[in-house]
Amino acid sequence: MKNVIEIQQLVKSFGKTRVLEGIDLNFEASRISVVLGPNGSGKTTMIKSVLGMVIPNSGSIKVLGTDIQGQWDYRKNISYLPQIANFPPNLTALELVNMLADLRGGNQHTRELIERFGLGPFMRIRLSNLSGGTRQKVNILLAFMSDAPVIILDEPTNGLDPVALIRLKSLIAQKKSEGRSFLITTHIMQLVEELADEIVFLLEGKIYFKGTVSELKETFNENNIEKAIARILLTNNVA
Amino acid sequence: MYKILKYAFYDLIRSKWSYVYFAFYLLISGSLLFLTGDISKVIISLMNIVLVLVPLIASIFGVMYYYNSREFTELLLAQPIRRSNIFLGQYFGLSVSLSSSLFLGIGIPFLFFGIFRSAEIWNFFILILTGVLLTFIFSALAFLVALQNENKLKGFGFMLFIWLFLAIIYDGLFLLSLIVFKDYPLESLSISMSMFNPIDLSRVLILLKLDISALMGYTGAVFRKFFGNDNGLILSSLVLLMWVIIPVAFIARVSKRKDF
Amino acid sequence: MASTILVGPSARIHSIHEALKAAVNGDTILVDGGVYTEGSILIDKSVTLLGRNNPVIDGLAKNLELITIAADSVTIDGFTIQNGGVSFLRDLAGIRVQRKSFFTIRNNTLLKTMFAIYLEKASNGIIQQNTIVGEARDEISSGNGIHAWYCKNLTITGNTVYNQRDGIYFEFVENSKVSHNISKGNLRYGLHFMFSNNDDYADNLFENNGAGVAVMFSKQIGMFRNTFKKNWGSSACGLLLKEIYDGRIEQNTFIKNTTGIKVDGSTRIQYLRNSFENNGWAIKFVGGCYDNEITSNNFVSNAFDLVIESARNNNTIDGNYWSAYTGYDLNKDGVGDVPFRPVKLFSYIVSRSPEAMVLLRSLFIDIIDYAEKIRPMFTPENVIDHAPMMQKIIV
Repeated sequence: MKNVIEIQQLVKSFGKTRVLEGIDLNFEASRISVVLGPNGSGKTTMIKSVLGMVIPNSGSIKVLGTDIQGQWDYRKNISYLPQIANFPPNLTALELVNMLADLRGGNQHTRELIERFGLGPFMRIRLSNLSGGTRQKVNILLAFMSDAPVIILDEPTNGLDPVALIRLKSLIAQKKSEGRSFLITTHIMQLVEELADEIVFLLEGKIYFKGTVSELKETFNENNIEKAIARILLTNNVA
Repeated sequence: MYKILKYAFYDLIRSKWSYVYFAFYLLISGSLLFLTGDISKVIISLMNIVLVLVPLIASIFGVMYYYNSREFTELLLAQPIRRSNIFLGQYFGLSVSLSSSLFLGIGIPFLFFGIFRSAEIWNFFILILTGVLLTFIFSALAFLVALQNENKLKGFGFMLFIWLFLAIIYDGLFLLSLIVFKDYPLESLSISMSMFNPIDLSRVLILLKLDISALMGYTGAVFRKFFGNDNGLILSSLVLLMWVIIPVAFIARVSKRKDF
Repeated sequence: MASTILVGPSARIHSIHEALKAAVNGDTILVDGGVYTEGSILIDKSVTLLGRNNPVIDGLAKNLELITIAADSVTIDGFTIQNGGVSFLRDLAGIRVQRKSFFTIRNNTLLKTMFAIYLEKASNGIIQQNTIVGEARDEISSGNGIHAWYCKNLTITGNTVYNQRDGIYFEFVENSKVSHNISKGNLRYGLHFMFSNNDDYADNLFENNGAGVAVMFSKQIGMFRNTFKKNWGSSACGLLLKEIYDGRIEQNTFIKNTTGIKVDGSTRIQYLRNSFENNGWAIKFVGGCYDNEITSNNFVSNAFDLVIESARNNNTIDGNYWSAYTGYDLNKDGVGDVPFRPVKLFSYIVSRSPEAMVLLRSLFIDIIDYAEKIRPMFTPENVIDHAPMMQKIIV
């Protein structure tokens, strides 16, 4: 099967702390991969490395087969949903959509997404006047509006109401069926259970587990993910 | 870069601070003009305000804007554009919006007062030009300081210190060195010392235009030669421009290597 | 019986020389329009030389004296006198008066002469409504517009002098009056007094000269209602006083001069009701200055209002208007309740380290000036206006 992202021997340290200690990891096409791990495990750093926001000390990253070192154009193949939806306060959502479309060169799905999340009445209001939940919906809109083959979602459920959450999940399922690949970080285990084709568990900059949900449960002999993860942490004296 | 600049400008120009900043200059220059009616005198008063306030406001806004848009910057960093374009776009958006407030706030009352029919048009032009250049210089320094300091408080403190240093402390040291070394020929020293501080340089540029060149000339031949002719004027302007270009080049450089 | 002799291209007499030969005391020689190139003209009879239709006496730049008055009661009226030439050995003049009295020189235009009008040991003369335009380039090869040496009872009025060395020059001249003249663009001074006493100058305009007026080593000079304007340059000033006694300086206006009045030694001078506006320094005392009175003047928007360099001084500086004054007037009597100190710390610094001028109007300088104002440590404490006016004084 084809890999959309290939990470080899990725090392990154901030000052004296080593955050990623030589990670080898591939993400396959048309799958939903969930990256799990406690705070400080290196998952954000890994994602940012893929996006080119963090510059690794060594190792290589390939996105759709091309090495990303020193590149920026490859990012047109990745959509990113940041954890915190904080936008220029005096722009409207519509202007923001236009800006991103300007930068990426595409907003094929905007209208459909506005309807799906009921954003219509909010598009012409300044972003500083929108509620946190609405802002997160705008955030989702920005991440899904283009046709990039890889979508990275950092805590996508932050501040979403149940209705929007259901819509997001169906959106993810739909995009996956259209052949897109996902990289998701989350703390919501239910979401992992429902969506994940594959789980990657990071701890102290190393990969502790990589496999399907059922493989995770089997390996640690538990019947839910939370307990399985607790087991990993306990055996490593982290919790 | 232009795309980022455009949206950053739209965002900033609609902020209430832009309006406050604009209204402040409108009020000050309007009331000075209508109270005194003497354009040349108003330009001198405005010069005193512009030289202190423009760097301060550009410093504060620059640092504040950088820190407040950090999360959005992360979103931009994930887009298919060069890093340096993001920061330069944001920086120019900020400088252009601050400059617009300054330019319109001071310009509108002068326009009503008939600046285009006045002999002071060049002095007015120099005032605006130095104000705009100072905005660009101090916004660039602020961006650079914020880029280098993850800690907001540290960034703010450091930038305020830079402002305080260039606006006041530097001149104190300058004066002190003139007094201490007064037995030596000091003309070259004082010319170069005023080159190294954009606020001093702007002040000298305005004063030269405002006909105080003869007062300057009083100090000696080298001085008069330098500041009294067009070459001095051109060189001073170039140095001010370097004060923009160098920090901006550093912004581009630092942003390339930084982890976000 | 006095008669009139006509000179002109179409008259019976063609040259002024011829007419002078024929004339007797009291005659009028009427010279008609035309160019007269007769070399030097010596007037040794008491005659009136009257020009009609602007006759031109042209020296063709042959370096000679053009007209010499060598008799009393001579009048020269209505000529253009030009191209006298330049000499480094002799002081060449357009019109020279030697040891004579009761002369009148009026309505003439003197162009390109080294000295235009040169008076030596002359007295009781009138110089009126002449226009003098020189072409002075440096002080050595140029002369003065109206030059007077050892003279008495002169009246110099309504003349215009451009581009000479000094516009008007007085040396050992007494009881004379200079009024309503315009003196512009002269290399050195617009008007210059040396060793001259009991003279007045009033209602003149001095613009863009090296210095407007210089009064040196002179006593009892009155200076009234003159305008000193744009005498702007590294060492330029409106009025330069050096070692003078008992003068009066009243109702003059000083605008945009590098220094309004520069005083190097003045004693018992009254500075009353003058206006100083937009000068670099309004008044700058550099030498010892005693018993001067500076009262009811307006000091408006000067970079520095007053500089007094000597620590010892007993001058009176009361009742002036200072635009830099920020005090208040609670009892509403028009006089500020707090005294004003016109000497700034910065002017004290600049006089010691001139290069510090580059810091003019910087925030740091404003701060130390303010601190000094509150608690004087460097500036002389007795230089103080005890009764600063709240409103501009109408002079």
